[in-house]
Amino acid sequence: MVIKYLLEKEWKQFFRHKFMPKLVVIFPLMIMVFMPWATTLDIRDINTVVVDHDVTETSRQFTRTINASSYFLLQDVVAGYDEAIDMMEFGDADLILEIPAGFEDEYAQTGAANILVAINTVNTTKGVLGRAYIQMLAAQLPPAVEDSAAPALVPKMEMLVKNMYNPLLDYKYTMIPGLMVVVIVLLCGFMPAANVVEEKELGTIEQINVTPVSKFSFILAKLIPYWLIGLLAITLCFLLAWLIYGLTPAGSLWTIYFFTVLFILTMSGLGLVISNKSSTMQQATFVMFFFVMIFLMMCGLFTPVRSMPDWAQSIAAFTPTKYMVDVMRNVYLKGSSLADLQTEMIALSIMAVLLNVWAILSYRKSS
Amino acid sequence: MGEEIVIHAEELTKTFGTFTAVDHISFDVRQGEVFGFLGANGAGKTTAMRMLCGLSKPTSGIGTVAGYDIVRQSEKIKRNIGYMSQKFSLYEDLRVWENIRLYAGIYGMRDREIADKTDALLERLHFTRERNTMVRSLPLGWKQKLAFSVSIFHDPAIVFLDEPTGGVDPYTRRQFWEMIYEAADRGITVFVTTHYMDEAEYCDRVSIMVDGCIEVLDTPRNLKERFEARSMDEVFHSLARKAKRTE
Amino acid sequence: MTQFGAFIKKEFFHILRDKRTVLIVLVMPVVMIILFGFALSTEVRNVDIAILAPDPDRMIEQIADRLDASEYFTVKRWLNTPAEIDQAMKAGDVQMVIAFGQHFSGNLLTPDGSQMQLIVDASDSNMAQSYASYAGGIISEFSRELAAAGEERGIETQVQFLYNPQMKSAYNFVPGIMGLIMMLICAMMTSISIVREKEMGTMEVLLVSPVRPIYIVVSKMVPYFVLSCINLITILLLSVFVLQVPVAGSLAAFGLVSLIYIITNLSLGLLISTMAQQQVIALMFSGLLLMVPAIVLSGMVFPVESMPPVLQAISCAVPPRWYIAAVRKLMIQGLPLIYAWKETVILIAMAVVLIAASLKLLNNRLE
Repeated sequence: MVIKYLLEKEWKQFFRHKFMPKLVVIFPLMIMVFMPWATTLDIRDINTVVVDHDVTETSRQFTRTINASSYFLLQDVVAGYDEAIDMMEFGDADLILEIPAGFEDEYAQTGAANILVAINTVNTTKGVLGRAYIQMLAAQLPPAVEDSAAPALVPKMEMLVKNMYNPLLDYKYTMIPGLMVVVIVLLCGFMPAANVVEEKELGTIEQINVTPVSKFSFILAKLIPYWLIGLLAITLCFLLAWLIYGLTPAGSLWTIYFFTVLFILTMSGLGLVISNKSSTMQQATFVMFFFVMIFLMMCGLFTPVRSMPDWAQSIAAFTPTKYMVDVMRNVYLKGSSLADLQTEMIALSIMAVLLNVWAILSYRKSS
Repeated sequence: MGEEIVIHAEELTKTFGTFTAVDHISFDVRQGEVFGFLGANGAGKTTAMRMLCGLSKPTSGIGTVAGYDIVRQSEKIKRNIGYMSQKFSLYEDLRVWENIRLYAGIYGMRDREIADKTDALLERLHFTRERNTMVRSLPLGWKQKLAFSVSIFHDPAIVFLDEPTGGVDPYTRRQFWEMIYEAADRGITVFVTTHYMDEAEYCDRVSIMVDGCIEVLDTPRNLKERFEARSMDEVFHSLARKAKRTE
Repeated sequence: MTQFGAFIKKEFFHILRDKRTVLIVLVMPVVMIILFGFALSTEVRNVDIAILAPDPDRMIEQIADRLDASEYFTVKRWLNTPAEIDQAMKAGDVQMVIAFGQHFSGNLLTPDGSQMQLIVDASDSNMAQSYASYAGGIISEFSRELAAAGEERGIETQVQFLYNPQMKSAYNFVPGIMGLIMMLICAMMTSISIVREKEMGTMEVLLVSPVRPIYIVVSKMVPYFVLSCINLITILLLSVFVLQVPVAGSLAAFGLVSLIYIITNLSLGLLISTMAQQQVIALMFSGLLLMVPAIVLSGMVFPVESMPPVLQAISCAVPPRWYIAAVRKLMIQGLPLIYAWKETVILIAMAVVLIAASLKLLNNRLE
C-alpha cells in the first residue's frame, strides 16, 4: 500500500510545521469566541438628536419616551435643525427628530399632529427600522382627547408574532452555524491550495513525479489529512458553541457530520485543483482568495440570498457554501433531517465528485 | 558490460515555442554502462534527461528506456529507473530514515525489507548517527549522497543523475564517484550529466551536447585521440567554441 | 538613488512577467465589486410564505392576495394543519406562515376580535424581524382600510431619508467592499512576494548588496502600490458607472484617504512578511486570520455601534473599519475631508506604527 507511506509523509510534515497545527486550533477559537457577538444587523441605540421647536410638556414627554426606549440613544436636544445636521455630519447622530412649534396645541385640539424625522440612510436598515421605531413610539403617546364613546363596531385583529426555532431572536444562534462553515471554507480551502504548489516551488514534486506513484494515491494522500483536519476543526466548533453559547444542534449530529464530510471534500478538492493549476504560491493564493470571497459573500451568511437580484442568485446556486450554510442552520436550529435536505445533498455531492475527479486529473506528472 | 541496449533515443526533439531545446538527438546506452551526458549550461542536457524520465513529453522523435516507450509507457519506465535532480529534492522537513522509507514505500518495498536495507545503507555510508537528523540540517555533500542513495535504493535498472556533484567539495565528489561505480558494479546503468570535465574521464562513454545537438559520442580515450587533446577539458573547449547559444 | 530606481524596475519586470498573477490581481476586484455591489443587500424580497387557515374564506383570501401582491412576499402554499408548519420550514420551503384563528372573519367584529399569528422562521434572526414587521405592516394597513374610519388620528411622521433617498443597499455596502478588497489584496500581495524571496534565498543576495534594506523593501512595495492604485481606480469607476453610487463629495479627498489606506495595508503586508519565514505562513496569516475580522468587525456588514463594547474596542485595530467610515462620509454623504479627520489620522498612525515595527524586526534579523 503506497498510500500508507504517502500519508505518513503528509501527516509528519503537517505536524512538524510550526504554524499549521496551531492554526487548526487558533482559527476556530478566534471565529467562535469573538465573531458571533459582532454579527448583529439589529439596530439598537440609534444616536438621536431632538430638535424641539415646541418646548412644551408634550414635546418633552415625547423626548423622554425616545430616551427611555432601547432603540434610541438620545445624544442631545438642540434648538435648531442646523445644529442637528452638524451633529449628523460629524457622525454623532444618525436620526434627527424635529418637533415643530405648536405641536402640543395642535395635538390637544385636533388629536393629530406632525413630527419630522430625518435619518442617515447610508445604512438602509437603519432607515427602515428607525422609521418603524419612531412610528411605534409616536403611536404610544397618550391620546390628547379621550374618546367618550368607543365605537362599537370596529374590526379588531390581534396579531401575534411567533419566532420559531430561535424564539429570543438571538442573532448569535443565527451566525454560529454559519461561522462554522467559514472555518471549514478557509481551513480546507487555503491549506490544500498551498500544498501542491509549495512542493512545485521547492522542487520536491519532481522527485515524486519520476516515481511510479499513481495520481490517485498521491492526491488522495494529500486530501485525507485535510478531511481529518476539517473534522477536527468542526468538532472543536461544536464544543465551543456548546460551552460558550449553550448551542447544541436540534437535529442529528450525524447529519451535520455527513454534510461536513461532503463539504470538506468539495473545498479541499477545489483547493487541490487550484494548486495543481498554479505555478506559484502567489497565483494559487489569489485564485483561492477569489473563490473564497465569492463563497463567503454570496452564501447567504451575511446577507440573505433571497435579497439578491435574480442573476446573482443563480451565481449563488453554484457556491457550495450556500448549501452548507443552509444545512448548518437548518440542522442546528430547526432540526431538519436528511430527508429535508435533499437538494443540498445532491448539490454538494455533485460538486464534491466533480472537483475531486478534476483534482486527480489536473495533477500532471509530466509537462 | 552487456550488449543489451537500455536507453535508445532517436531524433528526440523538444521545442518550447520557437526555442528548440533539444534538437534531433539520437544515441544508445548499453546496460551497465556509466554514460556521461556532457554539455555547457543551457545546452539541453536536463531537458533531454527529463524526457527520458517521463517528466516531459518530447515534441517529436522516439525514445525507449528499459524497453518501454517514453511517451506511451512512461509510468512503466518510472518503475525501472531512479532519478536525482539537479536541485536537491528530498523532503527537508522529514528525517533521513523517513525520506528513505517514503521512497522505498512508493516503489512497493515492504516495511521489513525497508528497515533492513535502511540499516545496511546507513551503516555503509557511516550515516547511522544521522538516521534521525532532519534532512534540512544536513550539509550539502551529505544531502547529495543521501539523494543518490535514495534514487538507487529500490535497485532500478537505470539511474539518471542530473549534475549530481554541483556545488560539492572535491573530496566529496570523489566519494560520490566511488558510489557511482559501486552502483554500476551492481549492474545499474548510470546516466549522468555533468559539466565537470574531470568527471567525464570516469565515464565509460560520453556524449557532448552543444546547442541542443549531440556533437560527439565516444569513449573518453577515443575522443582525446580524435581531438588530439590531453584531457577531456580540452576536448570540451574545442567543441564549446562552436556554441552560439549562451545561457 | 539610481540603484533604487533600478531595483524598482527589477520588481516591475518581475511582476509583469507573471502575467497570470497580474491578470488575476487586476480582474479579481472588478468581478468582486460588481458581484457584491449588486448582491449584498438586506432588502426584504422573495420571501416565501404559507397561509394556515382553518376556515378559509373571502377575507383571508384578500389578506393573502394583499401579501402576495406586495413586492416582498410570495404566497407559496396553503396549509391545512399546524403540523405542516414545521415540515415546510424544516425543508426551507417557506420563511413565514400566517396562521389565522378559528372563525377569523366571524370574530372580527366581536369585542375580543379575531386572532392571527405570524410565525417566522427565526433561524435567520437578523431578517426574521424585518419579515414580521413588513407583513404586519401590510396586514395593519388592510385592517385600517377595513375600519374605513378614514379619520386621521394620532401623530403623523414625515420621514426624510438623508444621503440615500432611494434606499439603495449599494450605498451601504460599496465602501465596505472597497475596504475589504483593497486590504486583502494589498496585504496578501506584498507579504507573499517578500516571503517568496526569503524562501528562495534571493532576499539574502539583495540584502548583502550595498543598498540599504529599507530601499529594498520599499522598492518591493512600489509596484504593488501602483497595482493597488489601478485597482482603486477601476473599483471607483465601476461603483460610479455600474453600481450607480456617485462620489457625492470631493474626489481629491476620497483619493487621498484611499492612498493612505493603501499604504497602511502595504505596511501591514510588510509586517506580516517580516514575521513569516514561509509563504504558506504569510498566506495563512493574511488569508485566514485577517479575512474574517476584516469582514465581520469592519462595519462593512454589521454596524460597529451595535457590537458589544469589547468587540468595538477590538474593531478599532482593524484598518478597514476606519477606511469604510471615512468613505461613507466622503463618498456617500459628500462631506468635506475635515469631517473624516479622525479616521484619516488613525490610518496614518497605523501605517507609521506598522512600518516602524517591520523595520525594527527587519533590522533585528539582519544583526
